[in-house]
Amino acid sequence: MNFKALIAAAVLAAAAPAQAQVEIQWWHAMGGALGEWVNGLAKDFNDQQKDYKVVPVFKGNYDEAMTAAVAAYRAGNAPHILQVFEVGTATMMASKGAIVPVAKVMSDAGLKFDPKTYVPAVSGYYTAPNGQMLSLPFNSSTTVFHYNKDAFKAAGMDPEKPPTTWPEVALAAAKLKATGHKCPLTTSWVSWTQLESFSAWHNVEFATKRNGFNGLDARLVFNTPLHVRHIENLANLSRQGLFVYKGRAGAADATFVSGECAMYTGSSAAYGNIKRNAKFASGISALPYYPDVPGAPQNTVIGGASLWVMSGKTPGEYKGVGAFFDYLSRADVQAKSHQMTGYLPITLAAFEMTEKSGFYTKNPGADVAVNQMIRKTTDKSRGIRLGNFVQIRAIIDEELEGVWAGKQGVKEALDTAVRRGNEQLERFEKANRS
Amino acid sequence: MAIEKRVRFGNRWLPWLLVAPQMVVVTIFFFWPAGSALYQSVLLEDAFGGSSQFVGLDNFNRLFSDGSYLASFRTTAVFSLLVASCGICIALLLAVMANRVIRGATLYTTLLVWPYAVAPAIAGVLWLFMFAPSVGIVSHALRSLGIEWNHLLNGNQAMALIIMAAVWKQISYNFLFFLAGLQSIPKSLIEAAAIDGARPWHRFWTIVFPLLSPTTFFLLVINIVYAFFDTFAIVDAATQGGPGKDTAILVYKAYYDGFKAMDLGGSAAQSVILMAIVIALTVVQFRYVERRVQY
Amino acid sequence: MVERRPVMTLVAHLVLIIGVLLVSFPLYVTLVASTQTSEQIVQQAPMSLLPGSNLIDTYRAALFGGQTASGSRISPVAPMLKVSFICAMVIALGKISISMLSAFAFVYFRFPGRTLCFWMVFITLMLPVEVRIGPTYQVVAGLGLLNTYAGLTVPLIASATATFLFRQFFLTVPDELTEASRIDGAGPIRFFIDVLLPLSATSIAALFVIQFIYGWNQYLWPLLFTTDESKYPIVMGIRRMLGGGDAGNEWNVVMATAILAMLPPALVVLLMQKWFVKGLVDAEK
Repeated sequence: MNFKALIAAAVLAAAAPAQAQVEIQWWHAMGGALGEWVNGLAKDFNDQQKDYKVVPVFKGNYDEAMTAAVAAYRAGNAPHILQVFEVGTATMMASKGAIVPVAKVMSDAGLKFDPKTYVPAVSGYYTAPNGQMLSLPFNSSTTVFHYNKDAFKAAGMDPEKPPTTWPEVALAAAKLKATGHKCPLTTSWVSWTQLESFSAWHNVEFATKRNGFNGLDARLVFNTPLHVRHIENLANLSRQGLFVYKGRAGAADATFVSGECAMYTGSSAAYGNIKRNAKFASGISALPYYPDVPGAPQNTVIGGASLWVMSGKTPGEYKGVGAFFDYLSRADVQAKSHQMTGYLPITLAAFEMTEKSGFYTKNPGADVAVNQMIRKTTDKSRGIRLGNFVQIRAIIDEELEGVWAGKQGVKEALDTAVRRGNEQLERFEKANRS
Repeated sequence: MAIEKRVRFGNRWLPWLLVAPQMVVVTIFFFWPAGSALYQSVLLEDAFGGSSQFVGLDNFNRLFSDGSYLASFRTTAVFSLLVASCGICIALLLAVMANRVIRGATLYTTLLVWPYAVAPAIAGVLWLFMFAPSVGIVSHALRSLGIEWNHLLNGNQAMALIIMAAVWKQISYNFLFFLAGLQSIPKSLIEAAAIDGARPWHRFWTIVFPLLSPTTFFLLVINIVYAFFDTFAIVDAATQGGPGKDTAILVYKAYYDGFKAMDLGGSAAQSVILMAIVIALTVVQFRYVERRVQY
Repeated sequence: MVERRPVMTLVAHLVLIIGVLLVSFPLYVTLVASTQTSEQIVQQAPMSLLPGSNLIDTYRAALFGGQTASGSRISPVAPMLKVSFICAMVIALGKISISMLSAFAFVYFRFPGRTLCFWMVFITLMLPVEVRIGPTYQVVAGLGLLNTYAGLTVPLIASATATFLFRQFFLTVPDELTEASRIDGAGPIRFFIDVLLPLSATSIAALFVIQFIYGWNQYLWPLLFTTDESKYPIVMGIRRMLGGGDAGNEWNVVMATAILAMLPPALVVLLMQKWFVKGLVDAEK
């Protein structure tokens, strides 16, 4: 080859297009400021390397994103990564061939992946009984107790000493009512706070087979004397006007922020919203418990969502997914996310990093949620894995509404809820049998 | 169809050409997906379709042996009847009044039709804002009148809330079509009747209302279909079928099962049943009510 | 109406004012909420009904994007308004044209399968979109129309409502007109263009308003169907502002965006009324 040809060849080679960037579709349900957070994470990852491009796509709320993914999957067009809420875990897991476990994705991509670096109660929820992590915890929150410090002061209680047991909560509610509060206590996400997390916090089962981890033939058991006693207490408080029902799902959040309700059990992730919008000084403390129950307090159950990897993609794409998940699990990324959003840090390293930076001294209460989760979990408190969980929660809402309205007794309501819920579990078992 | 025109055109191939675009779209984008969706009513599947079993009429049997499903038939009947009748009557009244006034007609029409443009996502939020027990603007006002509003626990109030929200949206729709209908009635007819000495009330019932009957029939059918099918978004935003199951209308359960619970087979079975009901209702209307319509 | 009766006119105005107040009240709430700050809305229970002073800041954030007081960034609405506009126009014009043609065929021709075709079109009302949306996605994906305007609009173009309305209207057109047109030697197409079309002005105008708004407010189908955020219509944009999970919402900006989203439809309502009035003034049938 003569010199000219060599130059020509070299120029051609230099002008040849770089290896095509692998695009990774990430479907999520984060709107508002959280959407910014998601976009920021993707952008930072994309900026740091050129091989993969993560494209976050907002797909409505959790239900809508799930429906979109199901439709897309059935048409052969699924995204790579899908954000699914915690109650959809069993659905994702039981779907034959639809997902690829995160642990497999990471090991196939040749990335170091040690489940022990993750906060036990957070990752445990998304881990199979054999220890294989199925999905990556992303935005996890847990049940905490929010209270209005100014209202406490006005009622003659010490704002720095929130009630820690349910009897103390009842007393506080009575004092608040005496000073004219129309709504001393309420709760959001009734099933999550008062039955699911309640069970784990007291180290009792919510459903058999280790809350469903060990098989699709699990059945509900939240109508034990302890559960009946607790709901009976709440019903009594409701009759006295001390506990006021403010609606399903997160409807009660707004009533606390506006100052209408003085105490409520809800998500730790509401912290940011409260700090920003409430006119009063607010505090967070751990979920109340019954001191006479052995083993209480154990740990609480998480809420929020995790990231699942859908099947049917090429190994090259999975490598990109692995790289992105590796990035998301970095301590500094986790720490930043945790401080920005109020969601839990999923690795212990991130928690320690945040602690060392003095974040918790500047923002007292932000570590309450983490502390509730850091304990080693037991078989009864690792989390809940039940099919048709969305329907079961709706059933619990419906039956308990009958209790709050005074239309039915507590034992009757819980028994009916268990019976109807078990029908759902049987149906799920049947549908996912083959 | 019972009503026929006497005069017709005789071309053989032209009508096919005229209906072709609509039929093509309907076949590809309705019948094909609908068939696929309805077929799921005889299957029991997991969400992603990985494991699928044929279960015959099992899904249907399960529905009919569920007490709360049967109860929601009654809830739906009450709801649909009230929504359709209130929506039509109120809109008719407003349209007749708007047709009367000369000054300000444009303004009134704009203000009355504009709410139809409120996106459903926002409408749901607005109703919650206004009716939130104890802090909503309207519930505040009701309390000052002595009415304790808590639709979270009071089934009747919850029902009232969703009826109000559903009717609100439909008033704009019905008003628009009634007004268009009224304004296409030739003035000469009204004048002739007035010259003959007929009073306004009499004129309305003997001339205007019959001439308006094609529009009224159209709106009756559409409103019933609307009440049965398009109202789940309101229920979802306002009460989620609660308290208990007091506002769980049929379409809400179908939507809930398909979208939130990922029970596509059950949702499809319910859709089949809903379809059958509405088709039956519509056939009844075409057969018996259309007789009284004057074209 | 015909007689000049001031009492009746006064009553009419009163009824209309009450009607407007009841029907427009939620709109008023939206407007007021968009002039306050997010904290004001959330902290005051019930929300104040008097306009706040935050109008300019809120609308600037909604229109052009930018940082809000609480640190979240709003994306500008202009691109989304464009998408919604295109969808709304295509859907409205598409629905009206193919429905008019179909209704014309159903009413003025006798052909085999006529009743079957009419009921086939009519049945599309009986199965809501939400139920068949998964399989519809599969069909559209199979046709290769993902993320296109065609895929966004064509599946929504079949319209039983419009066909039904035109059918009703055409049935009221006197046979004498058709006869006269026939005698003049005009074929069906001529009749359609010269006689039916002008007569249908008010129906077309009413339908245009409704279908435009329908296309404008599309949410579920675009949500499922697009993966390209640049093809998001305005309602999705509003939805996206409502924070997922437990984060608080910027209610004032959400309400401001909702008001902005309602302006084009309001304009359409205003403009279409010219057609109504025109109907009154000229057509003496």
